[in-house]
Amino acid sequence: MKKLWRYLPALPALMLSGCTVDLLQPRGPVAEMNRDVMVAEFVIMMLVVVPTCAATLYFAWKYRASNKEAEYLPTWDHSTAIEYVIWGVPAILIALLGAISWWSTHAYDPYRPLQTADNVKPLNVQVVSLDWKWLFIYPDLGIATINQLDVPTNTPLNFQITSDTVMTSFFIPRLGSMIYSMPGEQTQLHLLASESGDYLGEASQFSGRGFSDMKFRTLAMDPAQFNDWVEKVKSGSENLDDTTYPKYAAPQEAAPVQYFAHVQPDLFDGIVAKYNNGMMVDKKTGKVMHMQSASNTAPSDTGMKE
Amino acid sequence: MLGKLSLSAIPLDVPILVGTFLGVAVIGLAVLGAVTYYGKWGYLWRDWLTTVDHKRLAVMYIILAIVMLFRGFADAIMMRTQLALAYKGNPGYLPPHHYDQIFSAHGTIMIFFMAMAFMTGLMNLVVPLQIGARDVAFPFLNSLSFYMTLVGALLINISLFIGEFAQCGWLVYPPLSEMQFSPGVGVDYYIWAVQISGVGTLLTGVNFFTTIVKMRAPGMGWMQMPVFTWTAFCTTVLIMVSFPVLTVTLALLSLDRYLGMHFFTNDAGGNVMLYLSMIWTWGHPEVYILVIPAFGVFSEVTATFSQKPLFGYKTMVYATCSIMVLSFVVWVHHFFTMGAGANVNTFFGIMTMIIAVPTGVKIFNWLFTMYKGRVEFTAPMHWTLGFMITFSIGGMTGVMMAMPAADWILHNSLFLIAHFHNVIIGGVYFGYIAGMGFWFPKAFGFKLNEAWGKRAFWCWFVGFYLAFIPLYVLGLEGMTRRMNHYDNPDWYPWMLVAEVGAIVIACGIVCQLTQLYVSIRDRNLPENLDLTGDPWNGRTLEWSISSPPPAYNFAVIPDIHGLDTFHTEKQLGLKAHGKPLAPIHMPKNTSAGVFIGLFSFILGFASIWYIWWLAAIGLIGIVATMILRSADRDVDYYVPVSEIEHNEEVYSRRIAAAQAAE
Repeated sequence: MKKLWRYLPALPALMLSGCTVDLLQPRGPVAEMNRDVMVAEFVIMMLVVVPTCAATLYFAWKYRASNKEAEYLPTWDHSTAIEYVIWGVPAILIALLGAISWWSTHAYDPYRPLQTADNVKPLNVQVVSLDWKWLFIYPDLGIATINQLDVPTNTPLNFQITSDTVMTSFFIPRLGSMIYSMPGEQTQLHLLASESGDYLGEASQFSGRGFSDMKFRTLAMDPAQFNDWVEKVKSGSENLDDTTYPKYAAPQEAAPVQYFAHVQPDLFDGIVAKYNNGMMVDKKTGKVMHMQSASNTAPSDTGMKE
Repeated sequence: MLGKLSLSAIPLDVPILVGTFLGVAVIGLAVLGAVTYYGKWGYLWRDWLTTVDHKRLAVMYIILAIVMLFRGFADAIMMRTQLALAYKGNPGYLPPHHYDQIFSAHGTIMIFFMAMAFMTGLMNLVVPLQIGARDVAFPFLNSLSFYMTLVGALLINISLFIGEFAQCGWLVYPPLSEMQFSPGVGVDYYIWAVQISGVGTLLTGVNFFTTIVKMRAPGMGWMQMPVFTWTAFCTTVLIMVSFPVLTVTLALLSLDRYLGMHFFTNDAGGNVMLYLSMIWTWGHPEVYILVIPAFGVFSEVTATFSQKPLFGYKTMVYATCSIMVLSFVVWVHHFFTMGAGANVNTFFGIMTMIIAVPTGVKIFNWLFTMYKGRVEFTAPMHWTLGFMITFSIGGMTGVMMAMPAADWILHNSLFLIAHFHNVIIGGVYFGYIAGMGFWFPKAFGFKLNEAWGKRAFWCWFVGFYLAFIPLYVLGLEGMTRRMNHYDNPDWYPWMLVAEVGAIVIACGIVCQLTQLYVSIRDRNLPENLDLTGDPWNGRTLEWSISSPPPAYNFAVIPDIHGLDTFHTEKQLGLKAHGKPLAPIHMPKNTSAGVFIGLFSFILGFASIWYIWWLAAIGLIGIVATMILRSADRDVDYYVPVSEIEHNEEVYSRRIAAAQAAE
């Protein structure tokens, strides 16, 4: 029995062996920061929580009613020194955590673009959440996929996110921070995969009946492989434009992976504009204007129906 | 004629619901039959249903809370069982349509109808007694509040058998809850149940705020108020400020759903984030509405069972008030992932962390209350110690998520679920159960069984950790909340452990029921009877009167000279009072609350199903009852001195009997 106790500390490791603890095994700088901040907080607070729990048990036991040895002060209810400590120690800890909070929130704001040491050109990905699947448009490459996100490693990933249905949240745990996808809004997220691998991607905000299967694989691969993959997608025959889009946007549970060799430009802007009375921000001028005057190639039926 | 209602609304095709319906029907008929058989309808109507006595309303609130606990827990264990099964291609036994209703109902019921009802029950029982008042400021409103809460609870439970409940979570986020995505009656059930009970809660807030401000015994200044009353006071302020926001938010959502407006729709200028911001402006203070009175309970329990005054009374008051204020400037931490700017996120993150300071101070105050005391390990003290440990851990994970950079990966995960159950079970629930054990003898004149109380505690304590530590791990493994099935082999074993935890908690609930049964069975045993009205050597005024107290509570309103006056006078051997008795002015019972409740139910049910003629009847009924009640001048009476003398004499004889027994 005594020997068994010696292995007790190893138990958590044993239970987790072979498991992936996504948030503790990051595969990118953002996720690393997320983890480090989380672990730092945990450690700092343990400095207070552990002694507090220990003192709770110790005081309760030491001053149990049956222990007549222990000192009993039936009217003692105040000590200025103790008050200073119990307000001061938590305040100092929170000041420390607050500083970490200020720094990390600013330094890793999801809206802030990432940069690599060798200034790799970022990859733009437009993300649309649908019922109940994810559409990824690669605007610079002219291709798109459903429920599979392929990205090159060590390349900044600039996500523009919206929804063509209810609100949900775009999350790749091993790459870090999540951001909501909302109809009529464009949110941004900047991530980077530092190692190739096959990572879980998911919707983390409940969005209805098919929510549980609203998952996608994130395949991070080295840039050469990624280029091969892009060529492979381009060699396909499926097109995504305003005639085929409604078919793919229709509600579907556990949707299969799909590749599109060609995507109509401005499809994403059209999806956003649809919920804004057809209005959008013109990228060149920064002016808010109607989708149709902003671009002649815009899908014609994306204006809001009366 | 019947709006959307038709026979197909009854889910005869779902065996779980048919079985539940039969069970509820059998139990319901048995209760009604028993009342009829024993000829208790008159007693039930006169002494309970129409009562305006805060102590009896308290009992009815807590019975409602316990019944709702069963319902909420049944939902919980069904979810855990689903996730212990629905792995790798196995769909489990709950299809999404049913499962989504269950998790929505679980949260709604546990917060609005279990915790809120329990909290209101404890406040009703204790606050007037602690401040030396004979009732609350508005006794009829108090009865009305109860019926509003009851009607909300009825509506939400009727959705089990007629129609469906919401399938979009306990806060029904739009646009999912809009007509476009949820055309069924589920969201309407949610809206009407929560709106009607919200009226009750708001009235309770106003009522107790007024009671505490205006009806304290002479000499009881703010800094002589017992801590539980202070916490109740802070809660009423939070209720008055935050519940109107909830009412407006849900009213806007109803306008969207019923009249086709566009406050929160996807298009035509609707804004989803506006809903999130508004609902959490209520939602975050709401968790403090629940937990602050629990802090009050722990303060009373720790001081009494450590046989010492509370350490740092003033600190405790300041800490409670600062939590009250801070709880209004943290709501954005519920959506750090919305894409707000870094400055906004930092502000709300740091504000949230700052709440940890006064909360930590409270924990240390209880710690130093035990220090150099004589700690008695009663069942309420078990819950308190369990709370101090569990809540410290829950508070820590809360601060972890207050950091935006950490919340960006923890948001909406099972880590979050584990965190708020950690503070709501470990803080709120443990607190209310401690309070129930502590004040039970005051309400009924006999104590709860200690052995079963401790067994219940250990099951809950161990069960809690078994059920929720796995959820922390699952959150770190990237599992999000509200999933119906999954195929990740890493998650499966943890789900099995969590299921075991839920079963252990079920044992805890069985122990609590057994405790009630055994206590009632053995109520007349001398060690269980509370003859003196002061079974724990208490410190505050409620222990200075008989258990159960007479309807008017205090034969003579006590004079207060400081904090814990009752305890000080007891130590000095002073008689509580020597003032002459005078007739006592008391409110009469009234059935107006029952009828307004009934008509509200009709209004709510009819509106859910679009039966507009019936809704009109409900609305007219409410207004007519209010007018009749307002015109009624026969609302009070005087308790004659002879009756007071008689009661006092009985009480003195009981005290003498208790002293003789010692």
